Amino acid sequence: MKVAYWPGCVSRGFTPELHGSMALVAPKLGIELVELDRACCTGAGVIAEHNQELADTLNARTFALAQQEMKNGAELMMNICSTCQGAQSECQERLDANAVYRDHVNETLASEGLKYEQGIANKNFLWVLVEDLGLDKLREKVVRPLTNLKVGPFYGCYIVRPIDRLGIDDENPRDSYLSLVIEALGGTVIDYAGSHKCCGFPIITMKKEASLKMAARNLGDAQSADADCIVTPCPLCHLNLDLQQPIAARLSPTPLNMPVLHLPQLVGLALGLSPKELGLQRHVVKPTAVVDWSTSVIAGVGAGAGAGDGGW
Amino acid sequence: MDTRKPPQDFTLRLRRYDPESGEAPYWDEHTIQLEPHRSVLEGILQAKARFDGSIGVRCSCRAAICGSCGVRVNGQPGLACHTHLGDAIKRSTDGKITVEPMGNMPVIKDLIVDMDAVHWKKIHRVTPWLIGKTPVPEREYIVDRESMVDVTQTMACIQCGACVSDCLSMEVDPGFIGPAALAKAYRFVGDPRDAEQAQRLKDLAEDPNGLYNCTHCFKCVEACPKGVAPMNQIMRLRRRAGADHHIDDRNNGHRHEAAFVTLVKDGGLLHEAELLPRSYGGNSWFGKFAPKAGAELVDSLPAITKALLRRKVTPKAALFPHKLAKSDLKNVQRIYDEVQGREDRYELNLYVVGDDKDNEPVAGAAEGSTT
Repeated sequence: MKVAYWPGCVSRGFTPELHGSMALVAPKLGIELVELDRACCTGAGVIAEHNQELADTLNARTFALAQQEMKNGAELMMNICSTCQGAQSECQERLDANAVYRDHVNETLASEGLKYEQGIANKNFLWVLVEDLGLDKLREKVVRPLTNLKVGPFYGCYIVRPIDRLGIDDENPRDSYLSLVIEALGGTVIDYAGSHKCCGFPIITMKKEASLKMAARNLGDAQSADADCIVTPCPLCHLNLDLQQPIAARLSPTPLNMPVLHLPQLVGLALGLSPKELGLQRHVVKPTAVVDWSTSVIAGVGAGAGAGDGGW
Repeated sequence: MDTRKPPQDFTLRLRRYDPESGEAPYWDEHTIQLEPHRSVLEGILQAKARFDGSIGVRCSCRAAICGSCGVRVNGQPGLACHTHLGDAIKRSTDGKITVEPMGNMPVIKDLIVDMDAVHWKKIHRVTPWLIGKTPVPEREYIVDRESMVDVTQTMACIQCGACVSDCLSMEVDPGFIGPAALAKAYRFVGDPRDAEQAQRLKDLAEDPNGLYNCTHCFKCVEACPKGVAPMNQIMRLRRRAGADHHIDDRNNGHRHEAAFVTLVKDGGLLHEAELLPRSYGGNSWFGKFAPKAGAELVDSLPAITKALLRRKVTPKAALFPHKLAKSDLKNVQRIYDEVQGREDRYELNLYVVGDDKDNEPVAGAAEGSTT
């Protein structure tokens, strides 16, 4: 399966391990990534907050670039960031709903020879896993099931609300896909209060204490529910939950030590990639529980590892 | 919903709590019998009539217009009278419909929360009335149609508190003015008859519990039974405060937005290492040397050092940002110049204009009129 791949900014900036692990996982799943390296930032809702038409036009440009790839055989456009998904879906909703507006935006794109055609399929990696690859196929690819690994899902607001815009319904319960994927990989799903809440990132520069309180509360909830780690399809959530965790911990009533994995990293572990290949050593919170788990599994099957570098 | 289905059994799990009793909250279950198209409110009232008259619930119109019966059904805030029993049971995980009082507000009894203590106090905070311009015209104020249509979305609010119930900013920060009151603020900021637009915006932008305290989580958009989309109104307030009135607030709100928009224009992609210092210190390369940016840097040192040590962030990546190729960057910048150079912002509000599909003439109706 060929996809027009939009990696986003943060996956190539502050969370390079996300882009890196996606690049390793894709071929193992039979996904060919055609990177949209000419496209610009989605605006993460902030450009739309400043000027809606500007955000819509910039994203229409990205859609048009993806549609060119789709003429060359890509099945859909794929992203690896909840915030990109939400920001793009918001723009797409307006562009698809109103032909007059779409023509107006396309007029701005015309001098570059680009045109957005209504109705692009743009999906987060999470949705692609369930809807296009399929959970059965994913299960077949697992070589190292996540047995006994307790994983708490963390979605990121932009990919679960509003449900109409994101196509969440009885047929496509996209707000429960993380649980389905964790199970398909052989792991144990941990239900906790924070899974669909906000990580706090959008207000980190405006109201740091409230922002980090949100992060601390979600991490603490997952910890008291006995999760070994959290998994998220959103690199911005990862920044607040992992990078900021030492600072968020100041606001937590209990000490925090909760590893946070990117979705492709969790998938990669089950597909047999090592924690080091997946860049887990780059996280601020050392995913010791996850690494210990991976080495104990290897030792368990008699691979002779588990000694020396401890799986790193 | 199909109204022909016969009555069936529904089990309601109600959260009961009487703070005056000194007893802890508990769950109470009652099985009622009603048609699936009937409302959860009717179910609660039947339970109250048949099994336990002490169940506390507030309601009046039963037609989704008075805003009295805000509750959480299976964890989702909304109006009990506007939720079908048949839909509620589909969303239940264990075959029982869970009904709780709304969140973020203290419980008075069972499903009744103290709206005065939170919701109304916040509504009053935003001066929820029109401050007319002077001199008062001899006859009526004349207002153009578009500007009144623009505020109709906020006027649809029925003050039920569903958005306040689930506001995630308010959950950790009870001081936040919140979605309902900020949507109400737009009602007057967007009204051309109001004399204090600039003052209202300045007041809300400078308040540390105000405009820039919304975390963009869409909870209120999802909660609102009337399509008010409070978060969208908050974003419109921000647009007006920043772009129209250039309010450089003390909460870094406008600076953060300006820095983000500028950095994407400069590189096509976001340069995160530059975004944070500019949000604190000001939207230029020199922003990082401002005292506020320095203080923030010191506070964040534990995270920054770890990120550098683990090679999550390399000094090279922090100093030399990723950028688009020149030809693409030029096109991105051309779009910026073209759109930002327009006289008026083009803001499409689907609540007002509707979807193309909604606006298509109905085929059957057209045929009917010709015969």
